[in-house]
Amino acid sequence: MFGWLERNPFFFAVGVFLVIAFAGLIEIVPDFAQQSRPVAGAKPYDLLRLAGRQVYIKESCNACHSQLIRPFKIETDRYGMYSLNGEYAYDRPFLWGSKRTGPDLHRVGNYRTSDWHANHMWDPTSVVPGSIMPAYKHLFTNETDLETAYAEALTVKKVFNVPYDKDLDGDGKIDVPLGTFEEAKQRAFQDALKIAEETKRKDLVDMVKAGKIPEVVALIAYMNGLK
Amino acid sequence: MQNPAIEYDYTVARWFSYLAILFGILGMGIGVWIAFELAFPELNYVGGEYTLFSRLRPIHTNVVAYGFTLSGIWATWYYVGQRVLKVSLAESKFLQGVAKLHFWLYFVTALLAVISLLARYTTSKEYAQFEWPLDILVVIIWVLWGISIFGLIGIRREKTLYISMWYYIATFLGVAMLYLFNNMEVPTYLVTGMGDPLHSVSMYAGTNDAMVQWWFGHNAVAFVFTVPIIAMIYYYLPKESGQPVYSYKLSLLSFWGLMFVYLWAGGHHLIYSTVPDWMQTMGSIFSVILILPSWGSALNMLLTMKGEWHQLKENPLIKFMVLASTFYMLSTLEGPIQSIKSVNALAHFTDWIPGHVHDGTLGWVGFMIIAAIMHMAPRFFKREIYSKKLLEMQFWLQTTGIVLYFSSMWIAGITQGMMWRAVDQYGNLAYSFIDTVTVLHPYYTLRGIGGLFYFIGLFMWAYNFYKTMKASRELEKEPAFASPMAA
Repeated sequence: MFGWLERNPFFFAVGVFLVIAFAGLIEIVPDFAQQSRPVAGAKPYDLLRLAGRQVYIKESCNACHSQLIRPFKIETDRYGMYSLNGEYAYDRPFLWGSKRTGPDLHRVGNYRTSDWHANHMWDPTSVVPGSIMPAYKHLFTNETDLETAYAEALTVKKVFNVPYDKDLDGDGKIDVPLGTFEEAKQRAFQDALKIAEETKRKDLVDMVKAGKIPEVVALIAYMNGLK
Repeated sequence: MQNPAIEYDYTVARWFSYLAILFGILGMGIGVWIAFELAFPELNYVGGEYTLFSRLRPIHTNVVAYGFTLSGIWATWYYVGQRVLKVSLAESKFLQGVAKLHFWLYFVTALLAVISLLARYTTSKEYAQFEWPLDILVVIIWVLWGISIFGLIGIRREKTLYISMWYYIATFLGVAMLYLFNNMEVPTYLVTGMGDPLHSVSMYAGTNDAMVQWWFGHNAVAFVFTVPIIAMIYYYLPKESGQPVYSYKLSLLSFWGLMFVYLWAGGHHLIYSTVPDWMQTMGSIFSVILILPSWGSALNMLLTMKGEWHQLKENPLIKFMVLASTFYMLSTLEGPIQSIKSVNALAHFTDWIPGHVHDGTLGWVGFMIIAAIMHMAPRFFKREIYSKKLLEMQFWLQTTGIVLYFSSMWIAGITQGMMWRAVDQYGNLAYSFIDTVTVLHPYYTLRGIGGLFYFIGLFMWAYNFYKTMKASRELEKEPAFASPMAA
């Protein structure tokens, strides 16, 4: 049979394809629908956080930081409750990472504050002596691209039915409003101003007041929401 | 037997060889640089934000995997393909054109890819960072290669596909399937008419995205770093040594075994994550089973040298290829060990993983491509290899580099893994995270030095190749087996 396949390239190729496609079919497909269900309380990212998440991705933070706490006592002691499948339901893409050159960040919002982050991104060794993480000073002057973040939010709302503008917990209130770009932008600026003030850095507050959100503010908003 | 009438057309094979050398130096140069950044963080700021570790790391992996390795794969394809099918590219103007288009489109895409990564365009998925317009270009390049493979098969004289052909076909099909599914993404501008036109959002969310990514990610390793490299060694080792392949049956078992088993193993990247437990277990078990077909190929190559081991002493190209097989065996034993759940609990997220990747890529992939291109050089230019001595020196320098690399990363990974889990007498964590980072400094330095050795070896390779092209003694006819080289 193999000798015959080796003289008939078309059937050889079909054979190879079937053999390699088999595993994906069995492993991935059956659980696909089930795995994307959100855990109770999971909410989509508001505009500023989504923009911050895009900054996290643009800077490839996931090259050194994981967002996956494994179910071991030594991990839950260090980072908090182990990660649950349904917590990731609105993560497109997932950001688990594969290497912890720095610590896990899946629940960093529980134990770090806005001013800690600002100091850390400006000069990591000022808050973590011995740190080998570089400073990200350009994030203090780069302007956040809210429009692309809004485009992404609107896309996932339209295409994947991500529940923006919906009452998720049945308390009669909309949980994560999106609305029009202008409405979303206004809320993002309110959130950004609050965070900029928390960082106690005048340059960041001034920039937000001048109508520009520094990327670091969006990034901090995202990380504060990781709980 | 050999048909003397066939004049093989090596133009595109030559072009891809130049590119492999170029991308090898670029990609591994960046690798050495970021290795030293981990030891000496001030190096991050040399080029402003553009030399930050996180910016360069994806460029390093992409240039090495899709620049150096793919160029090497295609350099060998445009050489081996013609020879094992007994047909020249020059016999079909169409296929010749496709080959050239393939090369140029690839070159342009590679440049755009580097620029886009420098400019922070990334989807964040490892080895699949490119944004959607680049993905489309990659698909076109892949289709061109497919036309080249099946076009050449269509006009072949040798009716039976040689073992190398099996592996090239598998590379083509495997990567096509994986790349398409993992890069399913929705361009946000096309949906909303707003924001950055290059931005896209993944079709899959959370755990699903992770499953697809590591089904892809692990098998990108399979179908870029393993399968086509086996295609090479099945051609170049018998050719350079003048020995027939040891066992046809073993090659059959290894090929079909590898095809069936490899795809299951992706789950070992997700052990103790939130993917279903049975899938983690499957990933773990199949990773261990994977030793069989992997060692099957490697042993088949080593046994091909049976009775001819004196060649190992005499011919540096045989040295490169035999050590490549050996590193392949090491790497395919190490991987399964790391996939065992209890070992994975320790090794995952540590430097042991990059250590494992690099004994495979530097030792197996790098050495095989270096040997293949140096084997082809005398055939490309009808000249003998410029310097055997330089090739010998390169071999030993690079081998030392690899040993420094993986041994330092083994120690670093296991040290850090043990420190993360260490507890004091009351059961509290013994070390803060930063303690487990500062302790790694000597190993990071050593790793950088190992990488530097390998990198210097690349320049020796480039110089030797260049001199072979320009200044070496001319040959009267194409050598049949061992590549002639000047002392």
